[in-house]
Amino acid sequence: MQLKTKRANTMGPGRVNLMFMNSVVLVGVLLTAIPFIYMITASFRQQGELYSLPVTIMPREWHGHNYVKLFGDTNFVIWYGNTIFTAGLRTVLGVYFAALAGAAFAKYSFRFKRFFFFLVLATLTLPFQVLLVPLFLMMRDFGWVDTYWAVIVPGIVGAFNIFLMRQYIESVPDELMDAARIDGASEFGIFHRIIIPLVRPALGVVAILTFVNTWNDFLWPLIVLHDDTKYLLSIGIATMDGPYDVEIGAIMAASFLSTLPILIVFVLMQRQIIAGLTQGAIRG
Amino acid sequence: MSAHTLTAGDKPQSLSIGDWWSRNQRKVIPYIFLAPFLLTFLIFTVYPAGAAFFLSFQRVRGFIDASEGGGVVLEYKGLDNYERLLTKDKRFRTAIINGAEFAFGTVLIQMPIALGMALLMNAPHIRFKVLARLAFFAPYITSAIVVGWIFTLIFQDRYGLLNAALSTLGLEGVGWLTNKTFVMPALIILGLWTWCGYNSLFFLAGLQNVPDDLKEAARIDGANTIRVFWHITIPFLRPVFVFVVITGLIGSFSLFSQPYLLFDSGSGPGDAGLFPVMYLFFMGFENFRMGYASAIGYLLTVIILLITGLQLFLFRLWRV
Repeated sequence: MQLKTKRANTMGPGRVNLMFMNSVVLVGVLLTAIPFIYMITASFRQQGELYSLPVTIMPREWHGHNYVKLFGDTNFVIWYGNTIFTAGLRTVLGVYFAALAGAAFAKYSFRFKRFFFFLVLATLTLPFQVLLVPLFLMMRDFGWVDTYWAVIVPGIVGAFNIFLMRQYIESVPDELMDAARIDGASEFGIFHRIIIPLVRPALGVVAILTFVNTWNDFLWPLIVLHDDTKYLLSIGIATMDGPYDVEIGAIMAASFLSTLPILIVFVLMQRQIIAGLTQGAIRG
Repeated sequence: MSAHTLTAGDKPQSLSIGDWWSRNQRKVIPYIFLAPFLLTFLIFTVYPAGAAFFLSFQRVRGFIDASEGGGVVLEYKGLDNYERLLTKDKRFRTAIINGAEFAFGTVLIQMPIALGMALLMNAPHIRFKVLARLAFFAPYITSAIVVGWIFTLIFQDRYGLLNAALSTLGLEGVGWLTNKTFVMPALIILGLWTWCGYNSLFFLAGLQNVPDDLKEAARIDGANTIRVFWHITIPFLRPVFVFVVITGLIGSFSLFSQPYLLFDSGSGPGDAGLFPVMYLFFMGFENFRMGYASAIGYLLTVIILLITGLQLFLFRLWRV
């Protein structure tokens, strides 16, 4: 009997406690959401309103002219297209290559396997910034400055992606692969027709993470892309106040529109993404 | 039984390429699978890492046009760059100190908040779980530039949201981005907003990984909630702590985009918003002192590796 009451105490918090806990979570959610809400409402305000008192989260009047200005006076649409193209291509190639490498580590035995895997882990610890100067000089000598090759190719096969793909591909049954071999399938055939379909959810997660990283990347594109029409969204939005003399409202509109697709994809796939990301960390 | 022994048995004397391939592809294919990684790794990581090391002992005197073969004109300076950085360069020291302050500030404050939030989200009968998961992840996937612009508005002196909120509480607003003293707190607020929720999701995943029967057994043995938490839950969260601390510290020392935007491509009042990677960028790509910038990169790498090593060592002690 005593045991039971003890359990009841630890398992279910009292009603007052529960209300308190719920409100703490809600406050956390609100504090996180307010900057986003402010971004959206600011994009529908007139410039004067953002520089006047009292400061409010909701606009006094809703205006669409920031969006008109954004599409009319800046290269926003071009930057958007550039970013979709660059991030898309980098994602497709990068995920494919990472899956290949992951399959090699998960399903084959070969000489120097441990050494190669050590290389993958080593790249995880090397900070990218140390490579900036020589990489830029290389891009210059390759004639890749102001081309998307410079953004797409270096670091395209992410070490973390290889690591994730290896973990997922390990769960593909060996018997399935051996059966296909007996039926005369080539190793590439096995990769495309057995491994890829079985790890499709993981592939999706790795693809989304790669896409988001490329979409948001700033420092490296800033170094290799100098022509305004070649800009990606991050550089375009960061420098919008300069050449166009646009107002902060239009910058907020650009921020909102550039964040929207990422947020939508995330809302649709949040469970898989969080599971994929946290998986490595909880196992150590 | 594997495929190639079958074919080998059929035609042992054949020398055609197709046959050799079907016999040996299982041995060769892993190298082909690894080729894209190894090639890009050699060209775009190993080579530049070596080049950066070489450059860090040089002074770049000029650039050779791509039409004449490209490259740079160098002058060997020995350890000059390193000596200057470590003993004379006050701005570098400021950048490192700022990086360290930001790192310890964000990591130390966010850990209890993130863990607390995760415990709440893991408790039975809590509402808004799905909403909270969504909200807490959103800042992390938002571009640093967008975050920077939003907080430019929020941190404004007279018309900023934060100062307005403070004044409704009866507090005096401060110059978050204009007053040297408040630059670091402002950046830490930005950092907490970005990473607290994200890290709480890692703690939550860790908490869900703690086996219930183990906690149950401890309770039956008479352990109270606090003891269960301390002796079972926390040890199970060890890998999450390692992850949160190490990624937090590395991320802090790599900070670039947010301060770069908040301080209008500058370093803030009195260099209060100057960070190591920013300094590397200014030196390498605005002053074109690329040898010096490479030396900054290497010192930064050493610092990051030392921190990571020290952390791993300390956490290993904890396991015992």
